[in-house]
Amino acid sequence: MKRTAPRILFFVLLAVSLLTARLAARQLETAATSPSVHIDNFTFTPQEITITRGATVTWVNDDDIPHAIAASDKAFRSKAMDTEEKFSFKFNEPGTYEYFCSLHPHMQGKVIVKD
Amino acid sequence: MAIKDGNERQRKVLLDRREALTCMTWAGTGLLWALNWGVPLTKGLIGGAYAAPAPHEFTFVQISDSHIGFNKPANPDAERTLREAIAKIKALPVKPAFMIHTGDISHLSKDEEFDNADQLIKEAGLPVFYVPGEHDVLDDERGRSYIWRYGKNAKGTGWHSFDYNGIHYIGLVNVMDLKAGGLGNLGDEQLAWLERDVAGLSASTPIVVFAHIPLWTVYPEWGWGTGDAAKALSTLKRFGSLTVLNGHIHQILQKVEGNAVFHTARSTAFPQPAPGTAPSPGPMKVPAGELRDYLGIASVTYVTNNHPLAVVDTALSTAPAL
Repeated sequence: MKRTAPRILFFVLLAVSLLTARLAARQLETAATSPSVHIDNFTFTPQEITITRGATVTWVNDDDIPHAIAASDKAFRSKAMDTEEKFSFKFNEPGTYEYFCSLHPHMQGKVIVKD
Repeated sequence: MAIKDGNERQRKVLLDRREALTCMTWAGTGLLWALNWGVPLTKGLIGGAYAAPAPHEFTFVQISDSHIGFNKPANPDAERTLREAIAKIKALPVKPAFMIHTGDISHLSKDEEFDNADQLIKEAGLPVFYVPGEHDVLDDERGRSYIWRYGKNAKGTGWHSFDYNGIHYIGLVNVMDLKAGGLGNLGDEQLAWLERDVAGLSASTPIVVFAHIPLWTVYPEWGWGTGDAAKALSTLKRFGSLTVLNGHIHQILQKVEGNAVFHTARSTAFPQPAPGTAPSPGPMKVPAGELRDYLGIASVTYVTNNHPLAVVDTALSTAPAL
């Protein structure tokens, strides 16, 4: 009995660490296929993001004031996003997409879509 | 009251060109204005110490940036502070002729936000003239809701004019079709209307222009200005007295340039930082108990004596009502 308890603990810890590693790997994978742009202090971060064709970009508003995403060429446009609200757009065509906040147009960003 | 719109304008100019808006009173809630010898003067914030208007004077009140619906830490109860602002206006010893609201009535253009704002504002018992802020045109149809509520007699996206007691008032809209990297925007259609609107007016007619985003460049890095404002000001430069009232930046700033006097109003909801003093122009959280020092209203009084430009600022936190 005295010997099996530490052994069980060892296997439990091993299982937990393997699971954690796997979850972390999955998160990295998700980040690669679902890139996000955070809005904080009236700034898009990252201001310029490069993705592959077919990827979906998600904007998240971390500010205490609403923002809205509008492409300069009108390819996409979000509704006003209040705090913690999100907007996603799938980019199917390669190219450079410049966008700004339609409430605060001095806020600008860029999405570069590669083939 | 004898307020006439642009179509049935009272052509008879009642004021001498030396007379103009002179007094503007800020009360942590609104700004009180008076007319005086071609120079706009403020009498201080409502709630502050100022000389009561003489019988021949009249006043109007400006409130701005109510942001009904805002509930973040900078002010969890924007309805309450608007209610306090309206109470200050009701407590004025001389009832103002009307109220101007320089936009951002609502926070997200939701019906219930406009409804709640209307309920609170109508308690003042005054006619109200509005222009939209960028927060008032966020509905799916980009401003249709605002026009339906406040713009029945307006042109375009909500611009309009009226006359009261010899002064010509012009409400402009500079929050539509904003362009990347740009500032506020009036647009060619509105600028053409402005030229027609003032074409028949004598140069001695005092002009009051009100719009949401400042019509002078306060701080372009934060978008605090209007790209084509110079065209509008050029149309108005022949007038001997021009007073420009704006909101948007949630703080009092003033500038005098030739015959033109520019003022920005406090918000009734939350303060914003002074230009360039913070990483962004977002809501400024002030220590508990100090919020009402940063909120306000403005009141304008017509007077006929000769005073220098003077502004007395008083905040919502000021205890004695006028």
